[in-house]
Amino acid sequence: MLLDPSILALLIVSSMVSLMMSMAAVFGVQVMRHWDIHSGSERQLRLERRTYLISTLVAFSFIAELISLLLYVYNAEQMSGRFVGAMCATGVLNVDPWGWPTLYLKIAIFFAGAAWLTLNRVDNRAPDYPLVRIKYGLLLLILPLVLAESVTQALFFLQMDPDVITSCCGSLFSPEGKGVAAELSGIEPGTAMALLALAGLATLLTGVWYLWRRRGGLAFAVSGLATFLLALVAIVSCIALYIYEHPHHHCPFCILKSGHDFLGYWLYIPLFIATALAMGVGAIAPFARRPSLRQVIPAEGRRFVLLALVFLSLFYLIAGYAIARSSLTMVGVWW
Amino acid sequence: MNGAPAMEVIRLQQVKKAFNQGRPNEFWAIRGVDLELEPGRITVLKGPSGSGKTTLLSMIGCLSRPTSGRILLGDRILSGLPERFMTEERRRTFGFIFQQFNLIKGLTALDNVMLPGCPLGGDHRALRQRARELLGRFGLEDRAASRVEWLSGGEAQRTAIARALINQPRCLIADEPTANLDSRLSEAFMEIVAGLREQGMTVLLTSHDPLVYDAPVVDRVVAMHDGRVVD
Amino acid sequence: MKRLLRRQACLLDFTLSSLARRPGKNLGLLLVYGLIVFLLASVMLFTDALRSEARQVLARSPEIILQRVVAGRHALIPAGYLERMGRIRGVTARHGRLWGYFYDPAVQANYTLLVPRNRRIADGEIVVGAGIARTRGLDRGDFLTLRGSDGTARSFRVAERLEGESELVSSDLILLSEADFRAFFGVPEGLYTDLVLTVRNPRELRKVAEKLTLRLPDTRPILRDEILRTYDAIFGWRQGIVFVLLAGAILAFVIFAWDKASGLSAEERREIGILKAVGWETSDVIRMKFWEGAVISLSAFLLGYLAAYAHVFYTSAALFEPVLKGWAVLYPEFRPLPRVDGLQLATLFFFTVFPYTLATIVPIWRAATTDPDQVMR
Repeated sequence: MLLDPSILALLIVSSMVSLMMSMAAVFGVQVMRHWDIHSGSERQLRLERRTYLISTLVAFSFIAELISLLLYVYNAEQMSGRFVGAMCATGVLNVDPWGWPTLYLKIAIFFAGAAWLTLNRVDNRAPDYPLVRIKYGLLLLILPLVLAESVTQALFFLQMDPDVITSCCGSLFSPEGKGVAAELSGIEPGTAMALLALAGLATLLTGVWYLWRRRGGLAFAVSGLATFLLALVAIVSCIALYIYEHPHHHCPFCILKSGHDFLGYWLYIPLFIATALAMGVGAIAPFARRPSLRQVIPAEGRRFVLLALVFLSLFYLIAGYAIARSSLTMVGVWW
Repeated sequence: MNGAPAMEVIRLQQVKKAFNQGRPNEFWAIRGVDLELEPGRITVLKGPSGSGKTTLLSMIGCLSRPTSGRILLGDRILSGLPERFMTEERRRTFGFIFQQFNLIKGLTALDNVMLPGCPLGGDHRALRQRARELLGRFGLEDRAASRVEWLSGGEAQRTAIARALINQPRCLIADEPTANLDSRLSEAFMEIVAGLREQGMTVLLTSHDPLVYDAPVVDRVVAMHDGRVVD
Repeated sequence: MKRLLRRQACLLDFTLSSLARRPGKNLGLLLVYGLIVFLLASVMLFTDALRSEARQVLARSPEIILQRVVAGRHALIPAGYLERMGRIRGVTARHGRLWGYFYDPAVQANYTLLVPRNRRIADGEIVVGAGIARTRGLDRGDFLTLRGSDGTARSFRVAERLEGESELVSSDLILLSEADFRAFFGVPEGLYTDLVLTVRNPRELRKVAEKLTLRLPDTRPILRDEILRTYDAIFGWRQGIVFVLLAGAILAFVIFAWDKASGLSAEERREIGILKAVGWETSDVIRMKFWEGAVISLSAFLLGYLAAYAHVFYTSAALFEPVLKGWAVLYPEFRPLPRVDGLQLATLFFFTVFPYTLATIVPIWRAATTDPDQVMR
C-alpha cells in the first residue's frame, strides 16, 4: 500500500519540508542569538544573507505544502476504490485515526505559512528589520506543526488496513451519526447559512473599517477565520447538498469531482486565498505602531484586506450561484 | 538629472574596513578615514594600488559596508543599512563605471544599458526610450543593437557610461576608468565627465593616472596611502 | 501590483535571454530533465490506462461470481446449486456460465472460449477476437479447426470478428454455442464453469456473499468490488515498484541538477557580480534564478509529459511492449483511452520539479549572495 507513487510523493514531500523547516529553524536560532543590526561585522553580513535563504526555504516549503494538500485529497479520492465502504476521500480519511488530523495540520500549516510570509514581507520593508526576532521565534512555533504533520501522515499511510470496513460520506456526514462530522451535517441548513452570512458581514465590516480607519486588523483576521470555519460548516450542511442535488449527501470532497463541474475548486480556492490573506493581515496588525513600520503596515494591510474581500465575495457569489442553479428545491423543508 | 533632488554632502566619519575579521589573515584595508565630499564636484582618490581607494569607493557607493565608522548622505546614515536597503540607496543615488567596464557579453549594448533599470519595475518602454536617448547622446545610436563584444574599446566605455546614467543617479562613481584606455580615449572620457559636472552631477573617481588627477576639470584630489588619507 | 508585474516581466525577459546565451548547457539539462519526466509519466499514464481499462471491463461483469471448490481447486459447479442456494434477498438475477481456456499448439497461444449469454450463436459457428483473427489469418466465412478434448478435430465457421473498444479482453476470445462448448470440452449437461449473481444494491453484497458461503459451504463467492480493489492495489503497487526502481535515476538527476546549479562558470559568476554591482538586489537575483528554474522545469515537464502521452496513447507504449509481451502471446493491440488527472500531475510534479528546485535552492542562494563589490576587486 505504501508503494503507491502518490503516497511515496507525499511522504517524500513531508520529510523534505520537515528538513527544510528544520534548517530554517536552526538558521533562525542563529539569527536570533547573534543578530545586531548596527554591527558592520562580517558575521552580521553573513546572518543577513542567511535571511534570504531562510525566506526562500519557507516560501518553497509553503508552496510544497499547498500542492501536497491537493495531492493528499486527490490521493484519498483515488484510493477510495480500495477500501470496503469508501466511495470518496471521506471514507479513506476515515480508515484510521490519522487521516483527518493530517488534513487539518496541512491546512493549518498553509495558513501559518501565509501569515509568516506576510510578516516577513513587511519586515523586509523596514531598514531596521524590527521583527527579526519575532519572525524567527514564530518559525520555531511552525516547526512542530510541520513535524507533527509528517508523523501523522506517515502513520496514516502505515496503519492503513485494507480489511477495515470504513464509513464513507454517506454515513459519516449524516445527521444520525456520531462525532463532529455528523454534528456538522446535523446543523440546520438555515442556521448554517445564517451564520455564514453573519460571519461574512462581520468580515466585510471589519475590512471596510480597516480600509477606512486603518485599524482593527486583528478583528478582521478573527472574523476571516470564523468565516472560513463557518463556510466549511455551511458547505457540509447545505451548499454541497445543492451541488449534488440530493437532500442527504453532505460530503465536502465529492464536489471536487468532474461530475459536479469541479465546483468545489471554485468554492475552496477563493475561500482559502481570502483566509490566507486575512491571516496575513492579522499577523502584521499588532506591529502597526512600530516606528519603522508605521507607513508600511497600513499600506500592505490595505492591499491585503482589499484582496481578501474580493476573494471572499467571489466565494459568496459562487456559493450563491451553486444554490441558485441547483434544481434541488428545499423551500418549505429548510426555509 | 533635472527635477531630481539635489545631491547632498557625503560625509565619512572614522570609517574602517577589515577583511577576514577574526581570522589569522585579518587585514585592515581602511584604517580610519574622515572625509567630506561636496556635491556637484569632481573628486579623485589617488594612490598606489593597495592603498584602499577602491575599498573606500565601494563603501561610499554602498557596494559594501564599513566594519566600523559611519557614512552619511546628507543626514541619513548609509553605513548601517542592511544590504537590501543599501541596494535601494545605491540604485537611486549612484551610477557605476568599472575598470573592466563589466558589460555582459552576449547582450546588445541597449540591453546592457537597460540592465540596472530592470529590478526597479518602471515602464519598460520608457526605460528603453531612455536607454536609446543615452546611447544617442554618446554617439552610439547605430550600435544599440550590436552585441557588446563587437564594440570597440571607446564604444564599450561609452556604453558603460550610458549604463551608469540610466537610473538618473546624482553621483557618478568610476573605479580606475582609464586603466584600459589609451590617452586619446582617456581624454575623451574626462571630457564626458566634465560635461556631466556641468549638469550638476557629483563625480567620484579613483585613479593613479596623471591624465585623470591632473585634468583641469578635477576639483579635488584626495591622496591615499595604506588605508589612510594623506594630505 | 503593476510595478511587481513589470519587474517580474523584466526579470523573466533577462532570464530568457540568459538561457538563450548558454544553449549547450541548458539544452543538456532540459534533455535529461525531460527524459526523467518522460519515463515517470509513461509509467504513470500506462498503468493508469491499464487500471481504467480493467475497471471498464469489470464494470460490465456480474457483482458476484460463485465458484465450486473441490480439494482447494476450482471445479465445475452443478446447475442444481442455483436452486440449492434458495431465494436470497437482493439478488436480482442468477445463471450459470460456461467458459474455459484452450491451448492452440499451432500458434502456441491460449484462447478463451466462452458461451455468451446475450447473443445466440448457431452450432458450428464461432465469433473470434481480433488477436486470434490476426495470428490465424481468419476472416468471416473462414474455418478454424481445433482438436477437442476427445481428440477429434472440429471445424468452426467464423461468423464474425470482434472489434471491441477495449481489445485488452476480447483479443483472445472465441464465442461459441453451448452445445459446441459442451461437446468440445466434454462438459456434461447440468454442469457449469461457475455461477454469476447480479446484486443491484452494493450495500447488500457482503450480506449476500455471507449467506452463500453458509448455504453452499463448498463454494467461494468472488465479489467484483474485491477484484477491482485488488487491481487497484496491484496497479498502484506496480507503479510504485517502478518508481522505486527509478529512484536511482531521480537521485542521479538531482545530483546532476545540484551540480549544474552550483558549478557556475566563471562567466556566470562574473555576470551575477555585475548585476549586483549595477543595482540588482540579492532577492532580484534569486527571483531571476527562480524564473530560470521555472522556465526549464516547465519546458522539461511539458516536453516529457507530451512525449509520454504520445508514447502511451499513440504508440501504445511501444517501449514497454517487450516487457509486457510476456503476459500473453496474443498481445492485444491495446490502444489505451487517453486520461489525465490532477493526481498524476501533482505526483509527477513531486517526483521531478520538486527535487529539481530543492537541489538548486542552496546553490542559487550562494550565487545570489555574491559580494556586490566583487567586480571591483
